[in-house]
Amino acid sequence: MEQFDFIEMKLPAKSEYVGVIRLSVSGIANRMGFSYEEIEDLKVAISEAMTNATTHAYDVEEEGEVTVGFGVYQDRLEVMVADHGGSFDLAKIKEEIGPYQPSEKIENLREGGFGLFLIDALMDKVEIKNDYGVIVLMTKNLPINEVDFDDGQISTTQ
Amino acid sequence: MNINLEVEVKKQEASTVLVLSGEIDAYTAPKLKESLLPLTRQPNAEVVVDLEHVNYMDSTGLGVFISALKSTNECGSKLRLIHLQDRVHRLFKITSLDNIITIDTTVRGGN
Repeated sequence: MEQFDFIEMKLPAKSEYVGVIRLSVSGIANRMGFSYEEIEDLKVAISEAMTNATTHAYDVEEEGEVTVGFGVYQDRLEVMVADHGGSFDLAKIKEEIGPYQPSEKIENLREGGFGLFLIDALMDKVEIKNDYGVIVLMTKNLPINEVDFDDGQISTTQ
Repeated sequence: MNINLEVEVKKQEASTVLVLSGEIDAYTAPKLKESLLPLTRQPNAEVVVDLEHVNYMDSTGLGVFISALKSTNECGSKLRLIHLQDRVHRLFKITSLDNIITIDTTVRGGN
């Protein structure tokens, strides 16, 4: 089985902690050898997922929790963001994501409409599960030439 | 490392400049919105947002600027974003919002 390190964080579903998750992913990705640009992509994507989890899932009165899991693989970082609150209409949301179209009236632009679109644009692979709460699973690959060649092992799985 | 957002309003001759420093996310975006929207509601106002010291922004920031743009269209004011770092500018390009929001392309680069 493929070896990986797993890091899990549980945070209150509050926007205060979006910045904390951003700092965490920045540290993990830095340790893995991602470039500055890739780390910035990861920060935006994870923040978007965390923001969705804090705004979609819970009523103001009910304080929930968001679970963030980092799977650290030799060639990629997998990040899972899960809330256990209510779910949203996934099909509807998928229809709505996309960049601004010139045919679209400015008055009709949704202020919160670009989060999932950015996750999709900035990560290599995105899966959303909507069975119980919402789980966003995102993958960012390490560029092959940045994989550490100094450890005396040559990977045959590339 | 500053994950908060500082907002400073500077009046200049013809325009009002909102100087931001820090990071724009779900937590800090409401503060930006509170400062920015009232400025755009003044007819004929020219509102300039200086993003030189904004190191991070996500879709919550885009949302605030969309609100501000709508407000300028309704109230007859103008909005312009200046000194965007490459990373921040990139989000406007990816979403194609740079087609409708006036962005001063004199980029001073990131740090």
